Amino acid sequence: MTEYAVVVIGGGPAGLAAAIKAWDSGAESVLVLERDTVLGGILNQCIHNGFGLTRFKESLTGPEYAWRFIEEVKKRGIEVWTDTTVLSIDKEKRVFAINSERGVFSIYAKSIILAMGCRERSKGALNIAGSRPSGLFSAGTAQKYVNVKGWLPGREVVILGSGDIGLIMARRMTLEGAKVRAVCEIMPYSSGLKRNIVQCLDDFDIPLYLSHTIVEIEGRDRVSGVVIAKVDENRKPIKGTEKRFSCDTVLFSVGLIPENELTAQAGIKLSSQTKGAVVDQNRETEIEGVFACGNVLHVHDLVDFVSEEAEIAGKSAADYANGVRGEKDCVECVAGESVGYVLPQLIDRKGGENVKLYFRVRKPIRDGEIRLESGGVTIFSKRKKIFTPGEMESIIIKKEDLAKFDSKSVLSVIGG
Amino acid sequence: MRKRIICTECPLGCEVEVELTNGEVSNVIGNGCIRGKIYATNETLSPKRMVTTTMRTDNGVMVPVKTSIPVDKTLVFDVIKLINKSTVKLPIKIGQILIKDVIDGVDIISTACLE
Repeated sequence: MTEYAVVVIGGGPAGLAAAIKAWDSGAESVLVLERDTVLGGILNQCIHNGFGLTRFKESLTGPEYAWRFIEEVKKRGIEVWTDTTVLSIDKEKRVFAINSERGVFSIYAKSIILAMGCRERSKGALNIAGSRPSGLFSAGTAQKYVNVKGWLPGREVVILGSGDIGLIMARRMTLEGAKVRAVCEIMPYSSGLKRNIVQCLDDFDIPLYLSHTIVEIEGRDRVSGVVIAKVDENRKPIKGTEKRFSCDTVLFSVGLIPENELTAQAGIKLSSQTKGAVVDQNRETEIEGVFACGNVLHVHDLVDFVSEEAEIAGKSAADYANGVRGEKDCVECVAGESVGYVLPQLIDRKGGENVKLYFRVRKPIRDGEIRLESGGVTIFSKRKKIFTPGEMESIIIKKEDLAKFDSKSVLSVIGG
Repeated sequence: MRKRIICTECPLGCEVEVELTNGEVSNVIGNGCIRGKIYATNETLSPKRMVTTTMRTDNGVMVPVKTSIPVDKTLVFDVIKLINKSTVKLPIKIGQILIKDVIDGVDIISTACLE
């Protein structure tokens, strides 16, 4: 069987950065498997700018950000197989895949890096009444149609969900001549970035209806309109608050879910909070030598942090393949008050390096205190002016503090 | 005259009020920090936006493009119209100027390589 030191599943931003770092960390051979025809993943259809502000200190478009990494992969001669779909992986770290050149084949890997990204939550998950006419798209599908294919999916649009993709598509459709009637958000706040609310909605006078949802989709062959209604604190529509908009297109931007079929099939433990694998700070999963990074692990809002995380996984995968990783001593780190999730979920006390803990709050909080406690001891504490669920937060745990971690530590945000 | 601006410099999203006297900023209130003052002033006097869109190539494939510099907010739709009227020949390199001086000294630049 063909053997590689490191096999990376997925050639999007996470897979590319992981492959480069694995190579630079001394992995003897690195192979990237990508199901699309080209590398770059979702960045190829994200033609707007704003990527790379943290990493490169400039505002790049998605394709430009991807290109920088693709060039680095090429420069190193890292092997890439595109049009290749991975079917399964197993505990012996065999990767089963298929492509038109080789048919079904298997590869043995010393380390595997899972970098499959995420996919959109579909409208089927929402239980909206009405028939199923044409004109209903996920925001990402519409983005691909407009930006890659050059097709405008409709002329009059209502968007459900105010996540960043929905906001970006409100602007994109408007620029191409469509009329966006409304953006509805079931929560009392938007999960999108502030700059996107201003530059994608306010700039074009597109109304944002907070605490509203679609209660009915009209139309037989093609969408002819939607009815929206205000929702109460339990997110149930309030009778008598209905408003009708005529439209021929509805876009759904209602959340992203890490794509973990391969992970689950391999029997790797997933977190119910992140919907991704449970990992330690090296991004190693429950199975030794299998690592995960990027949106397959938890959904990021900025690609810069995907790259950063992928580099951690890339280095760890190379170290594991080279047999230089020491013994581990992992303890749990869980989400406490007001915190939706913490990543990594496991802290290796013998890690020997500073650990960056990522977390997300459940609801917007003003003037809160981040507090990490373990066995009655406060390991870390810091105040911050604002927390929003749309912006991933992070704190740095110093390496000398790792020994203070008890069997279970809790990260909370208090106040607000 | 007063103008209300939502600051986008950080997630706080301060609501800043800018007072204009004879076309000049005379007072800024509601900003949480100095960055907010600068943002609100620029946003009031000359709001500018980077334009990113796509352009059709001679074989029908779309190429992603951007403006070389941010353009006046009021010109965004004009820029898009001019880009949509043109087609470009393949191959295209990233960073290549596809339309020189489309409007007011602004160039249209490719953001991807296409064979």
